[in-house]
Amino acid sequence: MDKDLLLIENLRGYYKGIFGVVRAVDGVSLRVREGEKVGVAGESGCGKSSFAQLITGTTMPLLHYEGGAVRVNGYDIWKISPEVLRKEVKCKLISYVPQAMLNSLNPVKKIKEFIADMLRERTGCRYSVKNARKVAAQHFERLGLDANVLDLYPHELSGGMVQRSIIAISTIASPQLLIMDEPTSALDVSSQKKVIKMMIDIQRKGVIKSLVCIAHDLSALNQLCDRIVIMYAGKFVESGEGDDVTGNPLHPYTKALMGSLLPLEKETKYKSLSSIPGVVPDLRYPSLGCRFYDRCGRRMKICKVEDPPEIIKGKRIVKCWIYKKGGL
Amino acid sequence: MNELLEIENLTKLYTSGYVWTEKVVAVDNVSLSIKKSEIFCLVGGSGSGKTTIGNIILGLIKPTSGKIILNGRDIYSYNRKAYWKKVQAVFQDPYSSFNFFYTISKPLNDAFNLLEDVPSKEEKKKIIKTAFEKIGMNPDEIMGRYPHQLSGGQMQRILIARSFILHPHLLIADELTSMIDASTRVAVLNELLRLKEEEELSVLFITHDLAQAYYIGDRIAIMEKGKIVESGLVEEVIFSPKHSYTKSLIASVPPLHGRWKL
Repeated sequence: MDKDLLLIENLRGYYKGIFGVVRAVDGVSLRVREGEKVGVAGESGCGKSSFAQLITGTTMPLLHYEGGAVRVNGYDIWKISPEVLRKEVKCKLISYVPQAMLNSLNPVKKIKEFIADMLRERTGCRYSVKNARKVAAQHFERLGLDANVLDLYPHELSGGMVQRSIIAISTIASPQLLIMDEPTSALDVSSQKKVIKMMIDIQRKGVIKSLVCIAHDLSALNQLCDRIVIMYAGKFVESGEGDDVTGNPLHPYTKALMGSLLPLEKETKYKSLSSIPGVVPDLRYPSLGCRFYDRCGRRMKICKVEDPPEIIKGKRIVKCWIYKKGGL
Repeated sequence: MNELLEIENLTKLYTSGYVWTEKVVAVDNVSLSIKKSEIFCLVGGSGSGKTTIGNIILGLIKPTSGKIILNGRDIYSYNRKAYWKKVQAVFQDPYSSFNFFYTISKPLNDAFNLLEDVPSKEEKKKIIKTAFEKIGMNPDEIMGRYPHQLSGGQMQRILIARSFILHPHLLIADELTSMIDASTRVAVLNELLRLKEEEELSVLFITHDLAQAYYIGDRIAIMEKGKIVESGLVEEVIFSPKHSYTKSLIASVPPLHGRWKL
Protein backbone atom coordinates (compact mmCIF):
# COMPACT_ATOMS: atom_id res chain seq x y z
CA MET A 1 0.00 0.00 0.00
CA ASP A 2 2.77 2.40 0.84
CA LYS A 3 4.67 2.14 -2.39
CA ASP A 4 4.48 5.29 -4.45
CA LEU A 5 3.21 4.54 -7.90
CA LEU A 6 3.23 8.07 -9.17
CA LEU A 7 5.35 10.80 -7.73
CA ILE A 8 4.98 14.32 -9.02
CA GLU A 9 7.35 16.96 -7.76
CA ASN A 10 6.96 20.63 -8.44
CA LEU A 11 5.63 20.02 -11.93
CA ARG A 12 5.31 23.03 -14.18
CA GLY A 13 3.87 23.29 -17.66
CA TYR A 14 3.28 26.50 -19.61
CA TYR A 15 1.44 27.35 -22.79
CA LYS A 16 3.69 29.40 -25.03
CA GLY A 17 2.57 31.33 -28.06
CA ILE A 18 2.20 34.80 -29.49
CA PHE A 19 -0.23 35.53 -26.67
CA GLY A 20 2.53 35.17 -24.10
CA VAL A 21 3.23 32.50 -21.53
CA VAL A 22 0.29 31.00 -19.70
CA ARG A 23 1.28 29.29 -16.49
CA ALA A 24 -1.35 26.57 -16.65
CA VAL A 25 0.33 24.17 -14.26
CA ASP A 26 2.62 25.96 -11.87
CA GLY A 27 4.41 23.89 -9.30
CA VAL A 28 2.22 21.03 -8.22
CA SER A 29 3.28 18.01 -6.21
CA LEU A 30 1.31 14.85 -5.70
CA ARG A 31 1.93 11.30 -4.53
CA VAL A 32 -0.30 8.50 -5.64
CA ARG A 33 0.23 5.31 -3.69
CA GLU A 34 -0.53 1.86 -4.89
CA GLY A 35 -4.22 1.10 -4.54
CA GLU A 36 -5.27 4.71 -4.25
CA LYS A 37 -7.91 6.54 -6.24
CA VAL A 38 -7.21 10.23 -6.49
CA GLY A 39 -9.57 12.80 -7.92
CA VAL A 40 -8.58 16.24 -9.16
CA ALA A 41 -11.37 18.81 -9.21
CA GLY A 42 -11.65 22.44 -10.14
CA GLU A 43 -13.26 24.86 -12.54
CA SER A 44 -12.56 24.85 -16.25
CA GLY A 45 -9.45 26.83 -17.04
CA CYS A 46 -7.75 25.78 -13.84
CA GLY A 47 -5.25 23.57 -15.59
CA LYS A 48 -6.76 20.19 -14.79
CA SER A 49 -6.50 18.83 -18.32
CA SER A 50 -3.06 20.35 -18.82
CA PHE A 51 -2.05 18.55 -15.64
CA ALA A 52 -3.32 15.24 -17.05
CA GLN A 53 -1.43 15.81 -20.28
CA LEU A 54 1.76 16.64 -18.43
CA ILE A 55 1.75 13.60 -16.18
CA THR A 56 1.20 11.30 -19.15
CA GLY A 57 3.72 13.00 -21.40
CA THR A 58 1.13 13.65 -24.09
CA THR A 59 1.17 17.40 -24.31
CA MET A 60 -0.85 19.03 -27.07
CA PRO A 61 0.84 21.74 -29.15
CA LEU A 62 1.57 24.99 -27.30
CA LEU A 63 1.73 23.24 -23.93
CA HIS A 64 5.35 22.83 -22.91
CA TYR A 65 6.93 21.01 -20.04
CA GLU A 66 8.85 23.50 -17.94
CA GLY A 67 10.26 21.69 -14.99
CA GLY A 68 9.70 19.28 -12.18
CA ALA A 69 9.55 15.52 -12.17
CA VAL A 70 6.94 12.91 -12.92
CA ARG A 71 8.10 9.50 -11.76
CA VAL A 72 6.18 6.37 -12.54
CA ASN A 73 7.79 3.20 -11.20
CA GLY A 74 11.29 4.53 -11.66
CA TYR A 75 10.71 6.07 -15.08
CA ASP A 76 10.93 9.83 -15.16
CA ILE A 77 8.44 10.60 -17.91
CA TRP A 78 10.13 13.80 -19.04
CA LYS A 79 13.67 12.46 -18.93
CA ILE A 80 13.27 9.29 -20.99
CA SER A 81 13.10 9.38 -24.77
CA PRO A 82 9.69 9.55 -26.44
CA GLU A 83 10.30 6.14 -27.95
CA VAL A 84 10.80 4.54 -24.55
CA LEU A 85 7.81 6.42 -23.23
CA ARG A 86 5.63 5.16 -26.05
CA LYS A 87 6.82 1.57 -26.04
CA GLU A 88 7.52 0.81 -22.41
CA VAL A 89 5.59 3.20 -20.24
CA LYS A 90 2.32 3.97 -21.97
CA CYS A 91 -0.32 1.27 -21.87
CA LYS A 92 1.88 -0.93 -19.70
CA LEU A 93 2.47 1.37 -16.78
CA ILE A 94 0.13 4.27 -17.38
CA SER A 95 -2.88 4.67 -19.58
CA TYR A 96 -4.54 7.95 -20.40
CA VAL A 97 -8.17 8.42 -21.40
CA PRO A 98 -8.52 11.93 -22.79
CA GLN A 99 -11.50 14.18 -22.44
CA ALA A 100 -13.02 13.94 -25.92
CA MET A 101 -13.71 10.26 -25.58
CA LEU A 102 -16.04 10.04 -28.55
CA ASN A 103 -13.20 11.20 -30.78
CA SER A 104 -10.81 8.61 -29.41
CA LEU A 105 -12.08 5.73 -31.51
CA ASN A 106 -11.56 5.36 -35.23
CA PRO A 107 -14.93 6.01 -36.85
CA VAL A 108 -14.27 3.86 -39.92
CA LYS A 109 -13.08 0.81 -38.01
CA LYS A 110 -14.93 -1.66 -35.86
CA ILE A 111 -13.91 -1.72 -32.23
CA LYS A 112 -12.10 -5.05 -32.67
CA GLU A 113 -10.09 -3.70 -35.61
CA PHE A 114 -9.17 -0.69 -33.55
CA ILE A 115 -8.01 -2.95 -30.74
CA ALA A 116 -5.98 -5.05 -33.18
CA ASP A 117 -4.26 -1.88 -34.41
CA MET A 118 -3.52 -0.88 -30.88
CA LEU A 119 -2.18 -4.27 -29.85
CA ARG A 120 0.08 -4.43 -32.90
CA GLU A 121 1.47 -1.02 -32.09
CA ARG A 122 1.97 -1.64 -28.41
CA THR A 123 3.25 -5.20 -28.37
CA GLY A 124 5.04 -5.35 -31.68
CA CYS A 125 3.42 -8.74 -32.35
CA ARG A 126 1.44 -9.40 -35.50
CA TYR A 127 -2.07 -9.65 -34.21
CA SER A 128 -4.83 -10.68 -36.59
CA VAL A 129 -8.22 -9.12 -36.01
CA LYS A 130 -9.50 -12.53 -34.96
CA ASN A 131 -6.83 -12.97 -32.32
CA ALA A 132 -7.27 -9.42 -31.10
CA ARG A 133 -10.97 -10.05 -30.76
CA LYS A 134 -10.27 -13.12 -28.66
CA VAL A 135 -7.99 -11.20 -26.32
CA ALA A 136 -10.38 -8.27 -26.13
CA ALA A 137 -13.48 -10.40 -25.61
CA GLN A 138 -11.84 -12.04 -22.62
CA HIS A 139 -10.95 -8.68 -21.17
CA PHE A 140 -14.39 -7.19 -21.86
CA GLU A 141 -16.12 -10.09 -20.17
CA ARG A 142 -13.85 -9.80 -17.18
CA LEU A 143 -15.02 -6.22 -16.81
CA GLY A 144 -18.64 -7.19 -17.24
CA LEU A 145 -19.11 -5.76 -20.71
CA ASP A 146 -20.89 -7.40 -23.61
CA ALA A 147 -18.27 -8.75 -26.02
CA ASN A 148 -20.62 -8.22 -28.98
CA VAL A 149 -19.73 -4.55 -28.79
CA LEU A 150 -16.45 -5.48 -30.45
CA ASP A 151 -18.19 -6.20 -33.73
CA LEU A 152 -19.81 -2.78 -33.90
CA TYR A 153 -18.70 0.61 -35.18
CA PRO A 154 -18.28 3.44 -32.66
CA HIS A 155 -21.31 5.34 -34.00
CA GLU A 156 -23.55 2.39 -33.22
CA LEU A 157 -22.84 2.70 -29.51
CA SER A 158 -24.34 5.02 -26.95
CA GLY A 159 -22.12 7.52 -25.18
CA GLY A 160 -21.98 5.51 -21.98
CA MET A 161 -21.09 2.35 -23.86
CA VAL A 162 -18.35 4.15 -25.80
CA GLN A 163 -16.90 5.44 -22.57
CA ARG A 164 -16.96 2.02 -20.94
CA SER A 165 -15.43 0.43 -24.05
CA ILE A 166 -12.65 3.00 -24.05
CA ILE A 167 -11.92 2.33 -20.41
CA ALA A 168 -11.80 -1.38 -21.23
CA ILE A 169 -9.54 -0.81 -24.24
CA SER A 170 -7.16 1.39 -22.30
CA THR A 171 -6.82 -1.20 -19.56
CA ILE A 172 -6.26 -4.11 -21.92
CA ALA A 173 -2.57 -4.32 -21.10
CA SER A 174 -3.28 -4.01 -17.36
CA PRO A 175 -1.57 -0.68 -16.72
CA GLN A 176 -0.74 0.07 -13.13
CA LEU A 177 -2.12 3.56 -13.30
CA LEU A 178 -5.11 4.83 -15.22
CA ILE A 179 -5.48 8.56 -15.78
CA MET A 180 -8.89 9.76 -16.86
CA ASP A 181 -9.93 13.23 -17.93
CA GLU A 182 -13.62 14.01 -17.34
CA PRO A 183 -14.84 10.44 -17.82
CA THR A 184 -18.46 11.16 -16.99
CA SER A 185 -19.09 14.76 -17.92
CA ALA A 186 -20.80 13.96 -21.23
CA LEU A 187 -22.98 11.18 -19.85
CA ASP A 188 -26.40 11.13 -18.29
CA VAL A 189 -26.82 10.09 -14.69
CA SER A 190 -27.61 6.43 -15.23
CA SER A 191 -24.63 5.85 -17.55
CA GLN A 192 -22.51 7.90 -15.18
CA LYS A 193 -23.35 5.50 -12.38
CA LYS A 194 -22.46 2.54 -14.58
CA VAL A 195 -19.10 4.07 -15.52
CA ILE A 196 -18.29 4.83 -11.89
CA LYS A 197 -19.24 1.31 -10.88
CA MET A 198 -17.10 -0.12 -13.65
CA MET A 199 -14.06 1.92 -12.63
CA ILE A 200 -14.40 0.76 -9.04
CA ASP A 201 -14.74 -2.84 -10.27
CA ILE A 202 -11.65 -2.60 -12.45
CA GLN A 203 -9.59 -1.66 -9.46
CA ARG A 204 -11.14 -4.31 -7.24
CA LYS A 205 -10.42 -6.99 -9.80
CA GLY A 206 -6.81 -5.88 -9.88
CA VAL A 207 -6.68 -4.84 -13.52
CA ILE A 208 -5.31 -1.48 -12.48
CA LYS A 209 -3.71 -0.53 -9.22
CA SER A 210 -4.34 3.19 -8.96
CA LEU A 211 -6.49 5.76 -10.61
CA VAL A 212 -6.21 9.48 -11.16
CA CYS A 213 -9.51 10.96 -12.21
CA ILE A 214 -10.03 14.54 -13.30
CA ALA A 215 -13.51 15.99 -13.13
CA HIS A 216 -15.41 19.11 -12.26
CA ASP A 217 -18.33 17.33 -10.64
CA LEU A 218 -17.35 16.95 -7.01
CA SER A 219 -20.27 14.78 -6.01
CA ALA A 220 -19.57 12.19 -8.70
CA LEU A 221 -15.85 12.38 -7.99
CA ASN A 222 -16.45 11.70 -4.32
CA GLN A 223 -18.32 8.52 -5.21
CA LEU A 224 -15.31 7.25 -7.09
CA CYS A 225 -12.20 8.51 -5.34
CA ASP A 226 -10.65 8.05 -1.92
CA ARG A 227 -8.70 11.26 -2.01
CA ILE A 228 -9.67 14.54 -3.61
CA VAL A 229 -7.32 17.32 -4.66
CA ILE A 230 -8.75 20.73 -5.48
CA MET A 231 -6.92 22.64 -8.19
CA TYR A 232 -7.20 26.34 -8.75
CA ALA A 233 -5.34 28.44 -11.31
CA GLY A 234 -2.50 26.00 -11.79
CA LYS A 235 -1.94 25.12 -8.17
CA PHE A 236 -3.34 22.62 -5.72
CA VAL A 237 -5.14 24.47 -2.96
CA GLU A 238 -6.53 21.66 -0.86
CA SER A 239 -6.33 17.92 -0.60
CA GLY A 240 -7.64 15.31 1.73
CA GLU A 241 -9.92 12.32 2.09
CA GLY A 242 -12.94 12.66 -0.18
CA ASP A 243 -15.54 12.82 2.55
CA ASP A 244 -13.48 15.29 4.57
CA VAL A 245 -13.08 17.66 1.67
CA THR A 246 -16.74 17.58 0.65
CA GLY A 247 -18.05 17.44 4.20
CA ASN A 248 -15.82 20.05 5.73
CA PRO A 249 -14.16 22.22 3.07
CA LEU A 250 -11.42 24.44 4.49
CA HIS A 251 -10.04 26.54 1.67
CA PRO A 252 -12.32 29.45 0.66
CA TYR A 253 -12.25 28.22 -2.92
CA THR A 254 -13.39 24.73 -1.97
CA LYS A 255 -16.13 26.29 0.12
CA ALA A 256 -17.30 28.38 -2.81
CA LEU A 257 -17.11 25.36 -5.10
CA MET A 258 -19.21 23.30 -2.72
CA GLY A 259 -21.65 26.16 -2.33
CA SER A 260 -22.31 26.29 -6.04
CA LEU A 261 -23.16 22.61 -6.35
CA LEU A 262 -26.72 21.53 -6.83
CA PRO A 263 -27.46 18.48 -4.73
CA LEU A 264 -30.79 16.74 -5.13
CA GLU A 265 -32.08 17.66 -1.71
CA LYS A 266 -35.34 19.20 -0.72
CA GLU A 267 -33.85 22.48 0.50
CA THR A 268 -31.99 23.16 -2.74
CA LYS A 269 -34.94 24.86 -4.37
CA TYR A 270 -35.39 27.40 -1.61
CA LYS A 271 -31.76 28.18 -0.99
CA SER A 272 -30.43 31.05 -3.01
CA LEU A 273 -27.40 29.39 -4.48
CA SER A 274 -24.72 31.51 -5.98
CA SER A 275 -21.86 30.85 -8.27
CA ILE A 276 -18.33 31.96 -7.51
CA PRO A 277 -18.04 35.62 -8.50
CA GLY A 278 -15.46 36.67 -11.03
CA VAL A 279 -13.40 34.50 -13.32
CA VAL A 280 -10.23 32.47 -13.08
CA PRO A 281 -7.35 34.98 -13.22
CA ASP A 282 -5.37 35.49 -16.38
CA LEU A 283 -2.53 33.04 -15.91
CA ARG A 284 -0.25 35.02 -18.15
CA TYR A 285 0.26 37.48 -15.34
CA PRO A 286 -0.24 35.53 -12.12
CA SER A 287 -0.04 37.51 -8.93
CA LEU A 288 2.73 36.95 -6.45
CA GLY A 289 0.33 36.05 -3.71
CA CYS A 290 -2.66 33.78 -3.53
CA ARG A 291 -4.27 33.29 -6.91
CA PHE A 292 -7.76 33.20 -5.41
CA TYR A 293 -7.24 36.67 -3.92
CA ASP A 294 -9.60 38.56 -6.25
CA ARG A 295 -12.52 36.25 -5.64
CA CYS A 296 -11.95 35.40 -2.01
CA GLY A 297 -14.38 36.56 0.67
CA ARG A 298 -11.84 36.25 3.48
CA ARG A 299 -8.81 37.88 1.93
CA MET A 300 -6.17 39.57 4.03
CA LYS A 301 -3.32 41.91 3.27
CA ILE A 302 -0.73 39.21 3.20
CA CYS A 303 -2.67 37.17 0.63
CA LYS A 304 -1.88 39.63 -2.10
CA VAL A 305 1.86 39.74 -1.67
CA GLU A 306 2.96 36.34 -0.51
CA ASP A 307 2.23 32.87 -1.75
CA PRO A 308 0.26 31.01 0.93
CA PRO A 309 2.07 28.24 2.77
CA GLU A 310 1.00 24.63 2.81
CA ILE A 311 -0.55 23.74 6.11
CA ILE A 312 -0.55 20.04 6.78
CA LYS A 313 -2.49 18.11 9.34
CA GLY A 314 -2.65 14.37 8.91
CA LYS A 315 -3.84 13.71 5.40
CA ARG A 316 -5.23 17.18 4.96
CA ILE A 317 -3.25 19.84 3.13
CA VAL A 318 -4.57 23.37 2.73
CA LYS A 319 -2.76 26.19 1.04
CA CYS A 320 -4.18 29.27 2.70
CA TRP A 321 -3.06 32.04 5.01
CA ILE A 322 -6.20 31.82 7.14
CA TYR A 323 -4.96 28.68 8.85
CA LYS A 324 -1.41 29.87 9.41
CA LYS A 325 -1.90 30.98 12.99
CA GLY A 326 -4.48 28.67 14.45
CA GLY A 327 -3.76 25.62 12.36
CA LEU A 328 -6.49 23.44 10.95
CA MET B 1 -55.13 32.23 -22.70
CA ASN B 2 -52.33 31.05 -20.57
CA GLU B 3 -50.70 28.45 -22.72
CA LEU B 4 -47.77 29.57 -24.81
CA LEU B 5 -46.99 26.30 -26.49
CA GLU B 6 -49.12 23.24 -26.87
CA ILE B 7 -48.02 19.93 -28.25
CA GLU B 8 -50.66 17.40 -29.16
CA ASN B 9 -49.99 13.73 -29.87
CA LEU B 10 -46.58 14.34 -31.33
CA THR B 11 -44.95 11.34 -32.97
CA LYS B 12 -41.70 11.10 -34.85
CA LEU B 13 -40.52 8.03 -36.68
CA TYR B 14 -37.04 7.84 -38.08
CA THR B 15 -36.86 5.54 -41.07
CA SER B 16 -33.66 4.11 -42.43
CA GLY B 17 -32.92 1.94 -45.44
CA TYR B 18 -34.56 1.85 -48.87
CA VAL B 19 -35.75 -1.67 -49.52
CA TRP B 20 -35.90 -3.13 -46.05
CA THR B 21 -36.84 -0.12 -44.05
CA GLU B 22 -36.25 -0.01 -40.36
CA LYS B 23 -38.27 2.30 -38.17
CA VAL B 24 -37.23 3.88 -34.90
CA VAL B 25 -39.81 5.63 -32.81
CA ALA B 26 -38.02 8.65 -31.39
CA VAL B 27 -41.05 10.41 -29.97
CA ASP B 28 -44.16 8.43 -29.19
CA ASN B 29 -47.46 10.24 -28.86
CA VAL B 30 -46.29 13.04 -26.62
CA SER B 31 -48.59 15.80 -25.45
CA LEU B 32 -47.50 18.65 -23.28
CA SER B 33 -48.09 22.33 -22.80
CA ILE B 34 -45.90 25.16 -21.62
CA LYS B 35 -47.44 28.15 -19.92
CA LYS B 36 -46.28 31.71 -20.17
CA SER B 37 -43.43 32.48 -17.78
CA GLU B 38 -42.88 28.88 -16.86
CA ILE B 39 -39.85 26.63 -16.87
CA PHE B 40 -40.81 23.22 -18.10
CA CYS B 41 -38.22 20.49 -17.67
CA LEU B 42 -37.91 17.50 -19.92
CA VAL B 43 -35.77 14.88 -18.24
CA GLY B 44 -34.64 11.50 -19.51
CA GLY B 45 -31.65 9.34 -20.25
CA SER B 46 -29.74 9.67 -23.48
CA GLY B 47 -31.70 8.43 -26.47
CA SER B 48 -35.07 9.08 -24.89
CA GLY B 49 -36.15 11.58 -27.53
CA LYS B 50 -35.75 14.81 -25.57
CA THR B 51 -33.63 16.52 -28.17
CA THR B 52 -35.93 15.39 -30.98
CA ILE B 53 -38.83 17.18 -29.30
CA GLY B 54 -36.72 20.31 -28.99
CA ASN B 55 -35.76 20.17 -32.65
CA ILE B 56 -39.36 19.60 -33.75
CA ILE B 57 -40.53 22.63 -31.78
CA LEU B 58 -37.80 24.66 -33.45
CA GLY B 59 -39.01 23.46 -36.84
CA LEU B 60 -35.72 21.80 -37.70
CA ILE B 61 -37.34 18.37 -38.00
CA LYS B 62 -40.81 17.70 -39.36
CA PRO B 63 -42.94 15.53 -37.10
CA THR B 64 -44.52 12.36 -38.49
CA SER B 65 -47.83 13.31 -36.92
CA GLY B 66 -49.13 15.64 -34.29
CA LYS B 67 -49.66 19.32 -33.84
CA ILE B 68 -47.61 22.09 -32.26
CA ILE B 69 -49.35 25.33 -31.45
CA LEU B 70 -47.60 28.53 -30.41
CA ASN B 71 -49.79 31.41 -29.21
CA GLY B 72 -52.87 29.73 -30.69
CA ARG B 73 -51.37 29.24 -34.17
CA ASP B 74 -49.82 26.17 -35.73
CA ILE B 75 -46.07 26.69 -35.91
CA TYR B 76 -45.99 25.87 -39.61
CA SER B 77 -48.31 28.81 -40.34
CA TYR B 78 -45.67 31.28 -39.14
CA ASN B 79 -43.11 32.96 -41.32
CA ARG B 80 -39.83 31.24 -40.48
CA LYS B 81 -38.02 34.43 -39.53
CA ALA B 82 -40.88 35.68 -37.39
CA TYR B 83 -41.10 32.31 -35.69
CA TRP B 84 -37.45 32.20 -34.76
CA LYS B 85 -37.70 35.63 -33.23
CA LYS B 86 -40.18 34.14 -30.79
CA VAL B 87 -38.47 30.81 -30.29
CA GLN B 88 -34.75 30.61 -29.70
CA ALA B 89 -32.55 27.73 -28.73
CA VAL B 90 -29.24 26.88 -27.19
CA PHE B 91 -27.96 23.42 -27.98
CA GLN B 92 -25.94 20.91 -26.10
CA ASP B 93 -22.77 20.93 -28.16
CA PRO B 94 -21.22 24.38 -28.34
CA TYR B 95 -18.33 23.11 -30.47
CA SER B 96 -20.60 22.51 -33.43
CA SER B 97 -22.57 25.72 -32.98
CA PHE B 98 -19.84 28.07 -34.15
CA ASN B 99 -18.28 28.54 -37.54
CA PHE B 100 -14.62 28.04 -36.98
CA PHE B 101 -13.61 30.51 -39.69
CA TYR B 102 -15.21 33.52 -38.03
CA THR B 103 -14.56 35.24 -34.76
CA ILE B 104 -17.37 34.91 -32.30
CA SER B 105 -18.45 38.51 -32.89
CA LYS B 106 -20.08 37.39 -36.11
CA PRO B 107 -22.80 35.08 -34.77
CA LEU B 108 -23.58 37.70 -32.14
CA ASN B 109 -23.95 40.48 -34.68
CA ASP B 110 -25.87 38.19 -37.04
CA ALA B 111 -28.49 37.70 -34.35
CA PHE B 112 -29.60 41.31 -34.90
CA ASN B 113 -30.56 40.52 -38.50
CA LEU B 114 -33.65 38.74 -37.21
CA LEU B 115 -34.92 42.04 -35.84
CA GLU B 116 -36.97 44.34 -38.06
CA ASP B 117 -35.11 47.54 -37.28
CA VAL B 118 -31.46 46.65 -37.02
CA PRO B 119 -29.78 48.84 -34.38
CA SER B 120 -26.70 50.90 -35.12
CA LYS B 121 -23.21 49.62 -34.47
CA GLU B 122 -22.90 51.48 -31.19
CA GLU B 123 -26.22 50.17 -29.93
CA LYS B 124 -25.31 46.65 -30.95
CA LYS B 125 -22.16 46.92 -28.89
CA LYS B 126 -24.12 48.12 -25.91
CA ILE B 127 -26.70 45.36 -26.13
CA ILE B 128 -23.99 42.72 -26.49
CA LYS B 129 -22.19 44.19 -23.52
CA THR B 130 -25.24 43.99 -21.25
CA ALA B 131 -25.96 40.46 -22.48
CA PHE B 132 -22.42 39.46 -21.55
CA GLU B 133 -22.61 41.07 -18.17
CA LYS B 134 -25.77 39.10 -17.44
CA ILE B 135 -23.88 35.87 -17.78
CA GLY B 136 -20.86 37.15 -15.92
CA MET B 137 -18.37 37.56 -18.75
CA ASN B 138 -16.22 40.40 -19.87
CA PRO B 139 -17.01 41.23 -23.54
CA ASP B 140 -13.66 42.96 -24.13
CA GLU B 141 -11.86 39.72 -23.40
CA ILE B 142 -14.09 37.62 -25.58
CA MET B 143 -15.04 39.62 -28.67
CA GLY B 144 -12.70 39.11 -31.58
CA ARG B 145 -11.54 35.70 -30.44
CA TYR B 146 -11.94 32.56 -32.48
CA PRO B 147 -13.98 29.60 -31.22
CA HIS B 148 -10.93 27.39 -30.81
CA GLN B 149 -9.46 29.89 -28.38
CA LEU B 150 -12.38 29.47 -25.99
CA SER B 151 -13.36 26.68 -23.67
CA GLY B 152 -16.60 24.78 -24.13
CA GLY B 153 -18.15 26.47 -21.14
CA GLN B 154 -17.31 29.91 -22.45
CA MET B 155 -18.79 29.12 -25.87
CA GLN B 156 -22.00 27.87 -24.30
CA ARG B 157 -22.36 31.02 -22.25
CA ILE B 158 -21.81 33.14 -25.35
CA LEU B 159 -24.67 31.29 -27.03
CA ILE B 160 -26.89 32.00 -24.07
CA ALA B 161 -25.93 35.66 -24.25
CA ARG B 162 -26.78 35.57 -27.95
CA SER B 163 -30.28 34.26 -27.30
CA PHE B 164 -30.85 37.01 -24.72
CA ILE B 165 -30.24 39.63 -27.40
CA LEU B 166 -33.48 38.75 -29.18
CA HIS B 167 -35.81 38.60 -26.15
CA PRO B 168 -37.62 35.47 -27.30
CA HIS B 169 -40.91 34.18 -25.83
CA LEU B 170 -39.68 30.64 -25.64
CA LEU B 171 -36.16 29.45 -25.12
CA ILE B 172 -35.33 25.85 -25.80
CA ALA B 173 -32.41 25.02 -23.59
CA ASP B 174 -31.11 21.67 -24.75
CA GLU B 175 -28.61 20.37 -22.18
CA LEU B 176 -27.67 23.97 -21.70
CA THR B 177 -25.35 23.47 -18.78
CA SER B 178 -23.92 20.04 -19.49
CA MET B 179 -20.66 21.49 -20.73
CA ILE B 180 -20.39 24.38 -18.29
CA ASP B 181 -18.72 23.55 -15.06
CA ALA B 182 -20.44 23.49 -11.74
CA SER B 183 -19.21 26.81 -10.43
CA THR B 184 -20.81 28.88 -13.18
CA ARG B 185 -23.80 26.61 -13.75
CA VAL B 186 -25.81 28.22 -10.99
CA ALA B 187 -25.27 31.68 -12.45
CA VAL B 188 -26.77 30.59 -15.75
CA LEU B 189 -29.70 28.90 -14.04
CA ASN B 190 -30.30 31.97 -11.89
CA GLU B 191 -30.22 34.06 -15.03
CA LEU B 192 -32.96 31.93 -16.57
CA LEU B 193 -35.00 32.25 -13.38
CA ARG B 194 -34.58 36.02 -13.48
CA LEU B 195 -35.60 36.23 -17.12
CA LYS B 196 -38.62 34.11 -16.33
CA GLU B 197 -39.69 36.55 -13.62
CA GLU B 198 -38.84 39.80 -15.32
CA GLU B 199 -39.46 39.17 -18.99
CA GLU B 200 -42.04 36.40 -18.81
CA LEU B 201 -39.76 34.07 -20.69
CA SER B 202 -40.85 30.47 -20.99
CA VAL B 203 -38.17 27.85 -21.09
CA LEU B 204 -38.22 24.27 -22.25
CA PHE B 205 -35.35 22.98 -20.18
CA ILE B 206 -34.10 19.72 -21.59
CA THR B 207 -31.67 17.99 -19.27
CA HIS B 208 -30.59 14.71 -17.77
CA ASP B 209 -29.69 16.28 -14.45
CA LEU B 210 -32.57 15.93 -12.03
CA ALA B 211 -31.00 18.24 -9.48
CA GLN B 212 -30.90 21.07 -11.97
CA ALA B 213 -34.45 20.36 -13.09
CA TYR B 214 -35.56 20.46 -9.49
CA TYR B 215 -33.78 23.73 -8.81
CA ILE B 216 -35.03 25.58 -11.84
CA GLY B 217 -38.27 23.93 -12.91
CA ASP B 218 -41.94 24.50 -12.26
CA ARG B 219 -43.21 21.40 -13.96
CA ILE B 220 -41.35 18.35 -15.13
CA ALA B 221 -41.88 15.46 -17.51
CA ILE B 222 -39.80 12.30 -17.36
CA MET B 223 -39.19 10.61 -20.70
CA GLU B 224 -38.23 7.06 -21.44
CA LYS B 225 -37.87 5.68 -24.97
CA GLY B 226 -39.91 8.45 -26.54
CA LYS B 227 -42.80 8.32 -24.10
CA ILE B 228 -43.56 10.59 -21.19
CA VAL B 229 -43.79 8.21 -18.26
CA GLU B 230 -44.47 10.68 -15.51
CA SER B 231 -45.20 14.38 -15.32
CA GLY B 232 -46.33 16.96 -12.84
CA LEU B 233 -44.96 19.54 -10.45
CA VAL B 234 -41.25 19.08 -9.83
CA GLU B 235 -41.53 18.48 -6.12
CA GLU B 236 -44.17 15.82 -6.48
CA VAL B 237 -42.35 13.96 -9.21
CA ILE B 238 -38.92 14.07 -7.63
CA PHE B 239 -39.78 13.42 -4.01
CA SER B 240 -42.68 11.02 -4.48
CA PRO B 241 -41.97 9.30 -7.80
CA LYS B 242 -44.50 6.72 -8.96
CA HIS B 243 -42.97 5.23 -12.08
CA SER B 244 -40.09 2.76 -11.69
CA TYR B 245 -37.97 4.55 -14.30
CA THR B 246 -38.19 7.83 -12.39
CA LYS B 247 -37.16 5.98 -9.25
CA SER B 248 -34.10 4.45 -10.91
CA LEU B 249 -33.15 7.82 -12.37
CA ILE B 250 -33.31 9.45 -8.95
CA ALA B 251 -31.21 6.64 -7.46
CA SER B 252 -28.44 7.33 -9.98
CA VAL B 253 -27.90 10.94 -8.92
CA PRO B 254 -24.67 10.98 -6.92
CA PRO B 255 -25.36 12.32 -3.44
CA LEU B 256 -23.08 15.04 -2.15
CA HIS B 257 -22.61 13.46 1.24
CA GLY B 258 -22.43 9.76 1.82
CA ARG B 259 -21.49 7.08 -0.63
CA TRP B 260 -23.10 4.53 -2.84
CA LYS B 261 -22.54 0.92 -1.95
CA LEU B 262 -21.03 -0.38 -5.14
